[in-house]
This record gives sequence, structure tokens and C-alpha cells, in this order.
Amino acid sequence: MTRARDADAEMIAPAHPRHELMVWEALNLALDHALAADDAVFVLGEDVGLYGGSYRVTQGLYAKYGEWRVRDTPISENSFTGLGVGAALVGGRPVVEITTVNFALLALDAIINLAAKIRYMSGGQFRVPLVVRMAGGVAKQLAAQHSQRLEHTVMNVPGLRIVAPATPQDAYWQLTQAVREDDPVIVLEHELLYFKKGPFDIHAAAPPMHSAAVRRVGAHVTLIAWQRMVDVCLQAADLLAQDDIYAEVIDLRSLRPIDLPLLVESIKKTHRGVVVEEDCKFAGAGAEIVAALQETIFFELDGPILRVAAADVPTPYNGALEAASIPDAAAVVHAVRRMVGPREE
Amino acid sequence: MQRDLIKQFLYDMLLARRFEEAAAEQYTQGKVAGFLHLYPGEEAVAVGSLRAAEPGDYVVTPYREHVHALMRGVTPNAVMAELFGRATGCSGGYGGSMHLFSAEHRFLGGYAIVGETFPLAIGVGYWLAMKQSPDVVLCYFGEGAVNQGTFHESLNMAALWKLPVLFICENNRYQIGTEIHRNSAVTEVYKRGCASGVPGKHVDGMDVLAVHQATQDALQHVHSGSGPFLLECETYRFRGHSMADSGAYRSALEMAELKARDPLLNLRNRALQEGWLSEDDIEALFKKAHETVDEAVRFAEQSPPPTDLYKDIYTQPLDVYRGAP
Repeated sequence: MTRARDADAEMIAPAHPRHELMVWEALNLALDHALAADDAVFVLGEDVGLYGGSYRVTQGLYAKYGEWRVRDTPISENSFTGLGVGAALVGGRPVVEITTVNFALLALDAIINLAAKIRYMSGGQFRVPLVVRMAGGVAKQLAAQHSQRLEHTVMNVPGLRIVAPATPQDAYWQLTQAVREDDPVIVLEHELLYFKKGPFDIHAAAPPMHSAAVRRVGAHVTLIAWQRMVDVCLQAADLLAQDDIYAEVIDLRSLRPIDLPLLVESIKKTHRGVVVEEDCKFAGAGAEIVAALQETIFFELDGPILRVAAADVPTPYNGALEAASIPDAAAVVHAVRRMVGPREE
Repeated sequence: MQRDLIKQFLYDMLLARRFEEAAAEQYTQGKVAGFLHLYPGEEAVAVGSLRAAEPGDYVVTPYREHVHALMRGVTPNAVMAELFGRATGCSGGYGGSMHLFSAEHRFLGGYAIVGETFPLAIGVGYWLAMKQSPDVVLCYFGEGAVNQGTFHESLNMAALWKLPVLFICENNRYQIGTEIHRNSAVTEVYKRGCASGVPGKHVDGMDVLAVHQATQDALQHVHSGSGPFLLECETYRFRGHSMADSGAYRSALEMAELKARDPLLNLRNRALQEGWLSEDDIEALFKKAHETVDEAVRFAEQSPPPTDLYKDIYTQPLDVYRGAP
């Protein structure tokens, strides 16, 4: 591992001297390193080649690795994702980019019926080392068909692994780990995080692909989130701190599996929890997290674990309505105040 | 030479027919469960085409695939044990009739969602082309699958990148109970690759020698680097779609006409006429096929069941509630 990191460091040095990267740059670097390190890796998807990727994630790779390893595909989500599965069965390590999770609905047969099932159905004879990257979330007034979140759909599928990086550091390492993994991994990216800048240190130890991370230490309530909602929780924690309510913020980082022990450890300390999710509340990812926690540490809790989630609506086009449809820091603060109650002076 | 080939084909088809009859018997006795789709009537397609393929070639099939697995060298014991859901089955008892796999034989599985074989096959083809491998992939599908989007999506990509894929349509005329004229505006399947410029050919799928020859020709095209080829084998299934289907939507006249073209009888009669085989030769083949299948049933019955519910979902066992190791 140390040796691999040194090699990575050498490669990064000329092209990326900065200690800050945007998320897309970190993903780009991870793909560049993966393509350089292993001939079995190839990237495919709509506009990933000559165009450089709809969110720039594959920029420069086509020129460097050629059309067979960075393949522009027709608009055929189910078949090019299934192509990835087929290639993975016989030795390839494909990285499929599905431009947005909304389009991934057309590829669910390849993901759920094929990628997630073949290892088990074949009695373990075939592995499926496939990565499917897809961007989701509510961005900026893209309306109902371009604003979906797909966590709930893929979380319920045995055979898949799901990671959801929120920082450049995690984006680099979780994608790197996903490509090295022998099981199918869904990498959920967020359209509003691609151009978020953050610290990046290639020498820092990589946490396990599926561990959660404490982003802010607190004492009174545990806020659990992933992707963009982590930043919303950090903002809420700042606001709450003004009133001497100290929130612990946990970035889940992985949605299948989830790092329940870390959540349990935090809530044993705070005795209160709020799951903040960008998707609709009903039958969403938060329902699973809350249920698992309440089954595990019910008697540690001072009250029910709450969910702050999106309104149960298709995402509207109008900007004000769109903003009202998903959680913001004020909504998180409001939920926490409801739990904690008026503080005695 | 010709005699050996004829003998092989006849034995293959006798084995295939007997295997499927035995599977049906075991199903009615409750020893085989789930959905069971049988192949009688269509034997010439799998036998003729797969006997033309090289051992290094990959095969992807839909769910009516017992005979394809047998033709690739998966043993009758391993296939029957899989139907019985036993640990000695070719998928360890985890797949069943519709999901036969054998990595050793490059048999990449039977798939139960219509139209799934196309993207898988082009994925294998993509990898072979990228690695400049001499191997090819044979992709089977029924005529009903041609109306799925994956057919058109995948043929387009296969042609665009000249992938080494032979698409073999087993046209048995019925998608369960709906005859091809009631589901397809164009019923000549071999023409339906035209939008992607994939050349196609039609062959009598009740004639094993014709299928064999046509497959050899098609494989030559695929091996030459010219890209994919679409071979339509027009055939007929003598039984219903699955054990749950009596096939009552087909007329007795139609059945009688097609049964008169039984690929086994066809080859048997021709072999006798041409003097390739004697009655005694054929009787010996028949007996050997029966004994082989009887042994497969015995093997399956005596095999242990799988016991580990959680085996091979992931490379390493994974607890969904413990993300960090």
C-alpha cells in the first residue's frame, strides 16, 4: 500500500502540484492512475472520450489512452452498462459512466439483474469487477427528470457495493478502491460537488472504502448525512454552536454497507440523532439508517431519531420551489431544536 | 470423416432429447422445480452451431440452455444436478435451470430476462477486440428478444466497433403464446440487423447439417475481423414454453407438420438412406444416450444440497451493517 501511494505521488507531482483539488479533478486523477496502473481498466460512457466527460471527469484521458480504453458510447445506457458486465466476466475492469442517475434508470437491468446477481447465480465461478459511476442529486433548476436521487433503489440490492464521496480526498480514494474491488461498485457522485474545492493529500492514509467519517466532533446530537448534505449539516452545526448546542457530524461515505458501529458509537455519546438526506423521506435511505439504529441502541436514545429529508414531490423547475423541496441548514437546525428543546440558561 | 460427424450429431441430439425428457419426468415427480424450459424440436440449432465453434469461444444464452451447456462440454451429471438444486450442479445449486454456468467451458451463463444476452455478448466481444484475441463469442437469443431495445443498442455497438460476435437467433416462432406475426412487423429476423449494417442469413433450423455449415460460414466472417453476423435458425419447439404451458395456442395440424420435420428423424433417415449409419449403429447411440441420462439422474439424486445461504454474494463476506472492517 505504501509503495502504491509513493507511485501515485510520483505520478501526481507534475500534473497536480496543488494541495487543493476540485472533486472532478480528484476523480479524473483516480481514473488516470487506474488506467495507467492496470491494462484491464477501461472507461466507457456517453461523451467520456473526445468531449472529456459531461462534468470533465474524463478530461484528457482519451488523448492519453486511446479510444479502446476511453470509449465514447452511443446513447444506450442499458446495453453499454451490460457491456461493462460482460467484459468484467472475462477479465476486464470496466468503469462505466452513466451521465446522471436519472439515465441509470434505463440501465437497472444491467445493474440489478446482471452485475449484482452473476457471482451468486454462478455459484461463485464469475466475479464482476465493474464500477458504475453516476451523478445525481438536485442541482440547479434541472427539473424533475434531472434531479433524482437513486440511493433507495440500489441500496436494496444484495451483490452491490455503494459509495458516495463528498470530498476530493474521498472521491480520489473511494474511486481508486472501487476500481480495485472485485465486486460491482456503484459510485454515487453529486452534480453540485464536482466543482467543490477541498484539501487533497495523496500521502494521507486512505480510509477503508466503506467506513464513515466524523467530520465535526460534538456532544449533544449526531447529524448523519452523505454527499452534499454533509455540508448542509456542517453549516447547521455552526449555527447550533452559536447557541451552545454542539452537533457531531458524520459523513456516511458508504451506503452499502453502512458503517453502523461508528454511528452507534456517536449516538451512545450524544443520545440523539438526525439523518439528513436529499432524497424523499418515504422509504428512503434514511428509513433504513434510523431503523437499524433504533434496533441497536434504542435504550441509549433520549428521543426518536428524526429524519430531515426532501419534500415528497417531483423536483420543481422554479428555483424557489426547488430550494424549498430539499433540506437546508435551517431545516436541520429546526429539527435539532425540536429534539433538544429550550436550553436552560 | 462425414460418418463420424453424422454419428456425433445424431448422438448429441439423442442425448439432448433424452436429457430434456428426463428433466420433464423429474419435474413431474417434484424433484426439479422452478421454471423449466425444454428444448425438444430445437436440437439441431444448439448441436449444429456449437459443434462449429472452437473450444476457446465464449457462449452466452437465454434460459432454454441445457443443451447448449452439454454441447460445450458441461457434463450431463453437472447439468442435471443443477436442475435438482444440488451442490454438484454446474452452478452449485444456486442458479437452477435458467442459470447454468461453467467458467471452465467459457459458458457464461443462461439468463432469464429476455434480451440480456446482447449486452453481455458485446461486452465479451469488446474485451476480445481490445485484447486482439482470436476468440469470438456466440450470442443466442429467441425471436421474441429482437423487440427489446438491447437488441438494437447492442447490434449497433457491435457493428460500430466491429466486435467478434455471432448473434444466433433460435426462432421457434412463439414468444410464449404469441406467434411472431402478431408481435413483429418484420418477421424475417435475419433482416433486422440491417439498421446497423449487420449482415444476416436464414437457415433451416430443423436441419443440423445446414445449421453446422451456416455457422461455420458465419464464424469465418466474424473471425475475419469484419464484425458481427446475424444467423437466424428457424426452428420449432415441440413442447410448451415451459412446463406450465400446454401449448394449446398452436393447432394440431401445425404441430403435426412440424413434428414431421423432427431434426432427429431427419438426420436418422438421411443417415440410413445414405448408408452413413446402420440401424445397429443408431440403436447403440440411442442406448448410450439413455444410459448417460439415467446416470445423470442417479448422480443428481445422490448429490448433497448446498448449505451456505450467504456464499459468493461478494468476494469476501460482507455485513451490510459493518462498513469498516
